[in-house]
Amino acid sequence: MSLMTVFVAVLAIGAVAFFLGRQRALAQDDGGIKPHSRAHYHGWWAFLLATMPALLLLVVWGVGSNVYLESHVRSQLPQQSAESALANPALAASLTKSLANGLRRLDAQTATNPPATFSELQPLLATRGVALAPDTQDYMIPVAVDANRTQDWLSVIGAVLILIVSAGGAVLGLSQIQVRARARNNVEKLMLWGLLAASTIAILTTIGIILSMLFQTIHFFESVSFTNFFFGTVWDPRFAAAGSDSSEGQFGLIPLLAGTLYIALVAMLVAVPIGLMSAVYMSEYASPKVRAVVKPALELLAGIPTIVYGIFALVALGPFLRDLSAALAGGTSFIQAQSVLTAGLVMGVMLIPVVSSLSDDIITAVPRAMRDGSLGLGATRSETIKRVILPAALPGIVGAILLTASRAIGETMIVVLAAGVAAKLTLNPFEAMTTITVKIVNQLTGDLEFNSPQTLVAFALGITLFALTLVMNIFALYIVRKYREQYE
Amino acid sequence: MTDISMDGIAGTSARARRDIGLKRRYAAERRFRLYGVLAISVGLVFLAIMLVSIVSKGYTAFWQTTVTLPITFDAKVIDPSGKRATDPNVLIRANYPKLAENALIAKLGIDPGDKATVRKLKGFLSDGARAQLRTLVMADPSIIGTTRNVDILAAANIDSAFKGQIDLSVDESRRKVSDQQVAWMKQLAADGSLAEHFNKGLFTFGASSRPETSGMGVAIIGSLYMMGIVLLLALPIGVAASIYLEEFARKSRFTDLIEVNINNLAAVPSIVFGLLGLSVFINFLGLPRSASLVGGLVLTLMTLPTIIIATRAALAAVPPSIRSAALGLGASKMQMVFQHILPLAAPGILTGTIIGLARALGETAPLLLIGMVAFVADYPSTPLQPATALPVQIYMWANEAERAFVERMSGAIIILLVFLMAMNITAIVLRRRFERRW
Amino acid sequence: MNIMTETALESAVSDKMNGTPNETIKMRGQKVCVFYGEKQALFDVNLDVRENQVTALIGPSGCGKSTFLRCLNRMNDTIDAARVAGEITLDGEDIYDPRIDVVELRARVGMVFQKPNPFPKSIYENVAYGPRIHGLARNKPELDAIVESSLQRAGLFNEVKDRLHEPGTGLSGGQQQRLCIARAIAVSPEVILMDEPCSALDPIATARVEELIDELRQNYTIVIVTHSMQQAARVSQRTAMFHLGYLVEEGETDKMFTNPDDKRTQDYITGRFG
Repeated sequence: MSLMTVFVAVLAIGAVAFFLGRQRALAQDDGGIKPHSRAHYHGWWAFLLATMPALLLLVVWGVGSNVYLESHVRSQLPQQSAESALANPALAASLTKSLANGLRRLDAQTATNPPATFSELQPLLATRGVALAPDTQDYMIPVAVDANRTQDWLSVIGAVLILIVSAGGAVLGLSQIQVRARARNNVEKLMLWGLLAASTIAILTTIGIILSMLFQTIHFFESVSFTNFFFGTVWDPRFAAAGSDSSEGQFGLIPLLAGTLYIALVAMLVAVPIGLMSAVYMSEYASPKVRAVVKPALELLAGIPTIVYGIFALVALGPFLRDLSAALAGGTSFIQAQSVLTAGLVMGVMLIPVVSSLSDDIITAVPRAMRDGSLGLGATRSETIKRVILPAALPGIVGAILLTASRAIGETMIVVLAAGVAAKLTLNPFEAMTTITVKIVNQLTGDLEFNSPQTLVAFALGITLFALTLVMNIFALYIVRKYREQYE
Repeated sequence: MTDISMDGIAGTSARARRDIGLKRRYAAERRFRLYGVLAISVGLVFLAIMLVSIVSKGYTAFWQTTVTLPITFDAKVIDPSGKRATDPNVLIRANYPKLAENALIAKLGIDPGDKATVRKLKGFLSDGARAQLRTLVMADPSIIGTTRNVDILAAANIDSAFKGQIDLSVDESRRKVSDQQVAWMKQLAADGSLAEHFNKGLFTFGASSRPETSGMGVAIIGSLYMMGIVLLLALPIGVAASIYLEEFARKSRFTDLIEVNINNLAAVPSIVFGLLGLSVFINFLGLPRSASLVGGLVLTLMTLPTIIIATRAALAAVPPSIRSAALGLGASKMQMVFQHILPLAAPGILTGTIIGLARALGETAPLLLIGMVAFVADYPSTPLQPATALPVQIYMWANEAERAFVERMSGAIIILLVFLMAMNITAIVLRRRFERRW
Repeated sequence: MNIMTETALESAVSDKMNGTPNETIKMRGQKVCVFYGEKQALFDVNLDVRENQVTALIGPSGCGKSTFLRCLNRMNDTIDAARVAGEITLDGEDIYDPRIDVVELRARVGMVFQKPNPFPKSIYENVAYGPRIHGLARNKPELDAIVESSLQRAGLFNEVKDRLHEPGTGLSGGQQQRLCIARAIAVSPEVILMDEPCSALDPIATARVEELIDELRQNYTIVIVTHSMQQAARVSQRTAMFHLGYLVEEGETDKMFTNPDDKRTQDYITGRFG
């Protein structure tokens, strides 16, 4: 019985419990004592008792049996003996698992008694559309068969247990139904727990991000030194052939960090003045009619996915700047098609609506009394803005700029398409540089072997990026919050 | 100013018209305004240039050149050894392109014996003809031996040439279509059998190495799966979390921590979520690579903060008087929230959700890391099977060299933008329609 | 500027002939109507403001007194939906004439607001703001002098002289309001409009500001909106009573409070409504 069937069965028991519960509660209401809770709450309580513990068990059983199966398979595989060509036990286990999965596609007869050698088995599997790695060894076949048998047993036992728990819950829930029973409070208490659980997802996500990257990063630093990564000025990871242990690459973070910051700087130089001026104009000058048109247009600009900006840089702006520079310099172009300038410009435009909407909020938070005070003294609008509003809004604007900078640093698609892949250290904005995000994508796309430093470095880069943006975000959010409190 | 009113008044401040630098100050005022207008124009002009650039490159992708040929399903070509009754593989492996080629030879009036000329026909029709004719025959083997008109895709280069995208004044050796092919193209166009049709394939085909038979079908389905998963997970979880934080939680260290977390997650680079997906969902939980399920989960985590922030704002905008009114009638807090507050906040929640979904739809970076850059030719029938997504498909086409792919890519961008625009406009309209001032 | 209405000319001439300078009409409103969108907030208000006197505008809330005040230096311009009809003159010039510059007007007709609104800058910078934007001081010593004398006149100098460079927002409410008055004085306006300047202050701070208003009368023409009739009686020479957008009665304060002509004024000052 598959997990899905069990799941549906549990829900069915729950539904039955709901209807029975409601019926029973209705039947008990003889118009005498006023029932504490309305009938459907009794139904829901029975439903929850029938489903919640059972579903919890379902999840635990599902994960638990997988873990058990994994160790079961590993214990049956020969220890790195001479005959095993595979040095890596994890790889052997995963091959066995895919073999076991493949066997499930065969008819029951062959699946329990498959041919003894992989060379005989492979064509059988191939007719069912199962392609397996040629590394699969003969000795894995009995292990795979055994694994399948164990799995079957585990799921049958699990299903029975879960259904018993579910039915028990239903009976318990139904037996509790009485006129003065506080079914509503029970249901609501459980709902509250559900709400609380939902709100902790944010924390779990953060923990997940940190832990997942941290483990891989620690793994990475087992084969590459700290100094190589954090202070190295050369990035040359040299993809090693899968399985081989050579990790001769150079993993210097400095050129990537430099490229990231340089491109972000160019982008900010474009986005901050333009975005800020747009926000000022929109909030202080624009007539309602203009606002009604321009504001949605700017929102539209913000809604365009970054891949589109990246492609615009790649197919239109980059070549245009290259040809333009060629025309200016008379033949040889001094701006490369992929360059810091191209990526920075396009990213800057992408950030204009970000800066402008963040600072719009900040500027409109400056109390009207400030404007009136200044205008009442005979200041012009621009004097009021420059001398009163912007200084008053400065902390908030700094926060907004920081948040934008964090977006610029973490932006991926524009730089993947427009900045280039060459990890160079240069000050010339017309040349290509690369960024942390580009390298994360480069190291993790395509066929890869998971445990080599060449791929693990992506997690070290990721955690660096996360730490960088985390500090900026939290600082920015803190500033903005303090700023808002000031005027509340 | 008149002298009359000045008379006899002592001690007032200088009454004569003071010079307060009005001219200079108004010049500064005008300059400042101009900067504002310039700033906004830069943004709008860029938006216009970008849209024009993409649309001008991409609108042609919605038409595709096809050649209508009377194909004779010749049994001698399909099944030279006559074993199709016993061996099903015969129909699968038959030389279908030959059928199309024969039809073309007949149509153009070329001597089948003129091998040199016949060889030039290679690359005139798309290789997609094989699959197209095979599907026809497999669906109805009785058509073998008959002749029917079939619309066959022209090869990408012919398509480009027919759309006028290849400069025919360039020397023949330096362009991708030969003069002979152009002549044939014109001949077929003249009798109407070669023409542009609406490009259905762009929406239905999967991945292909040939531009004319590649499309976004798999990507659209993948994106739909992912949006469904995001909606199914992020909306209830997000609303539940917001309700807890806004209506039930007392301010404490713990809720502060959650708050900071949510605000920070909204600003975490999207690629980091990709790393999370790769190591948690794929490596740890063992979900399949390239599956829409994993993409959907990653995008759910990314979209949650947006939905939570929007929902909390919508809940906070419901005035306290409604809460007191509900509680005063003896509703429990839970009943108050679900029967009164939530319905009133629904438009705001919906708007936030649509905007969150639109962002998720356009998101690319995290999907690259979980293996959605994959060559997937077949429709995924479940979210567990390999699929791509719209923006990822665009990215993959961007990496192809052929210009016909650039056309498809731009067409795909147009489609993506239309989707996104429809969503955003819905959100804006909803907001305007249901905006309530308390 | 030679545009003078006949009435202004006449009154100015008659003032001159009477030899009573404080009867000079500084500002005059004629048939002033104000609309906020569709809604009319003021109806045909005719009111004279006399030079070097304190004119108090009283009336129940929502009666239009603040609206009228804000017309006098065109602060209503900053509200999108507001529209003003009728004529308001300053020294005989129509201030809504397109040729009149609103910036210059506001430099001549300063304003103090209901809630103290010092800029988030230092005390010194708050006061120096007006002179700076208008270029009233040629150099730093001159600016210092203006700041000092303005603070002196606002009676704040002794309290803040040691902390001129600390933020103005750090002062107490009463001090903040006097800082705002000093800020207005620093521009050397001819008229100062005060919109319930004491409503956010405690009684002691209120007394201090009222004293100040009385002193300022020597040099400035003051129009004050107040909610409190006692305050109007204490500080003003003339009082105008507004009700539901109409000017009900206007005259010398003493007379208004002892022997009003209109029943509504009577009711209001005796506290029947308000």
